[in-house]
Amino acid sequence: MTAQTMSPPPAIALEGLTKRFDDVAAVDGLDLQIGDGEFFSMLGPSGSGKTTVLRMIGGFEQPTDGRILLHGNDVTGTAPFDRDVNTVFQDYALFPHLSVRDNVAYGLKVRGVSRSERRARASEALAKVRLDHLADRRPQQLSGGQRQRVALARAIVVQPKVLLLDEPLGALDLKLREQMQVELKELQRSLGITFIFVTHDQEEALTLSDRVAVFNAGKIVQLGTPEEIYAHPLNTYVAGFVGTSNIFTGDDAQAVLGRPGAFSVRPEDVRIEDRAGRHTEGRIAADGTIAETIYLGGRQRVLVDLTSGPRITVVEAHDSRDTAGRGQTVQVSFAERDLRELEDVG
Amino acid sequence: MMSIVNETREAPTAPSAPSPSPARRLSSVLDRKPKLRLGMLLSLPLLWLGLVYVVAILAVLLTAFWSVDNMTGELHRSFTFDNVHAVLTEQLYRSVTLRTLGIAIAVTAIDVVIALPIAFYMGKIAAPRTRRWLVIAVLTPLWASYLVKAFAWLSLLSGKGLLSQVLGWTPGYGVTAVILTQAYIWLPFVILPIYTGFERVPNSLLEASADLGGKTGRTLRSVVLPMMVPAIVAGSLFSFSLTLGDYITVRLVGGTKQMLGTLIYTDVGAANNLPLAAAVAIIPIVIMGIYLVVAKRTGALDRL
Repeated sequence: MTAQTMSPPPAIALEGLTKRFDDVAAVDGLDLQIGDGEFFSMLGPSGSGKTTVLRMIGGFEQPTDGRILLHGNDVTGTAPFDRDVNTVFQDYALFPHLSVRDNVAYGLKVRGVSRSERRARASEALAKVRLDHLADRRPQQLSGGQRQRVALARAIVVQPKVLLLDEPLGALDLKLREQMQVELKELQRSLGITFIFVTHDQEEALTLSDRVAVFNAGKIVQLGTPEEIYAHPLNTYVAGFVGTSNIFTGDDAQAVLGRPGAFSVRPEDVRIEDRAGRHTEGRIAADGTIAETIYLGGRQRVLVDLTSGPRITVVEAHDSRDTAGRGQTVQVSFAERDLRELEDVG
Repeated sequence: MMSIVNETREAPTAPSAPSPSPARRLSSVLDRKPKLRLGMLLSLPLLWLGLVYVVAILAVLLTAFWSVDNMTGELHRSFTFDNVHAVLTEQLYRSVTLRTLGIAIAVTAIDVVIALPIAFYMGKIAAPRTRRWLVIAVLTPLWASYLVKAFAWLSLLSGKGLLSQVLGWTPGYGVTAVILTQAYIWLPFVILPIYTGFERVPNSLLEASADLGGKTGRTLRSVVLPMMVPAIVAGSLFSFSLTLGDYITVRLVGGTKQMLGTLIYTDVGAANNLPLAAAVAIIPIVIMGIYLVVAKRTGALDRL
């Protein structure tokens, strides 16, 4: 964001970037600027075009139309080896016939760096990901998380200005993924380079990023900080994809809120009162019956079927009420200020 | 609480259990005894392999140490080193062995050089649809009889054949003709393993190499080729061993040149000397044994 106002050109600028496979536009006229040192996430479901954008920046796909600029230089049409960006691949793409050290040193060898310097820099990069003790192993002898780190070390050893990460944590289990998220963030801070991170995991995007672009059908549907994306979704798509939302459109909006349009409210902003029909000052209230209570550990998710039609999801502290039985008649309410008006994109 | 659970569990199962059919009983026995299962599955093929394959080879080896009565032509089943000694020392066997080895190496080298780009195109560049057609195209020559193909080359290479009509030149019958014909006949066997080898090199590895600055040549040299060594060795096993054992091609287009196969053929047929033929047959077996040991160390045998 600051990059746009400062004089040096942004790390990455995409201008009208388009990629068509046959007649389908995987990426549709994308304009985007990513600043130096930014942790930028592209978030979207599979097929939304985010990986294609990353592959075009890396040089593995050529755009049908539009331009890609790295630090102001037009690199559209150049080969991957002529671009000052490096990629961490989803399947890690480690060379199976090379040791961990030789994998990491590959980019240096290609650049004609001397053998002793190669070793030193590879060890340094491996130390950054805390794997220097496994340098002589083969990739096949490592666990998924370790391979992930080797792939990172191999990409950062050549000191790129921009690192592209294609769902790098997708294959890891939950605990490891959370640990790697922290390490990625720390690595990005210490290196001070731009990270472009592709993920379909909205929580991952929100925790790691300086800015997030939410993709749908080859277009960015919202661009902003994680707070902006989560707290102020622009449209029904973002509200539904990022986190859980209660979305009211059409008849439901009319029935529950008494007005036309599309609106959303986060489950944690909804309160349940054990007694129906209570008057709540300054709040929007509706009566309903509890359909299901799901224990989340510390918190619980309660699904309430409103008398006026839709089902609403509430997340509350586990001990917030005495009873939470199914079929119980309750009243749900939320503050007007927690209600977001959305653009209805179907 | 416990007792109630026990009662309810036992009560319904006893009467409702159906009396198992013999097939079902057998199935459940097999289910419990994996070794019996494996034994039943493998005993017949193993018997076949043992009798027909291993015993036959052992018989050949054994025959090599027998002798033939020069007058009556009868087989003497007494132990002698004469045949093996002759094969090891006589100039004829040495030069034919070297020639056969040279031809096998030349055929293999030619086939690998031709197969690499074809297999690379099939495995890495062609669209899946084209790929299927190419596999069929590679396999098609195998539908024609080996003899027919050898005869086709016989006429191709002849003085008035297609080659001399089009190019105005033909190598004539001899070692070159044998190499050309064999290289043609065994090519599909070399293309296929190399093709599957290329298919197994993930595209992301090529992309990773390019991403790290490797240009095409560097990627081929440092990533693709090292990963392809087992597949190439696997392919070469076919062309090498098949050429080593051939005797038809060399009889058709080899002119007066002999290979190990033709030596064995004349020893058995014209000379009626089965023990000597068996002794000659040991040569390719030993060569292939060495080749296989070397090949195993590259991991090629896992790629067949």
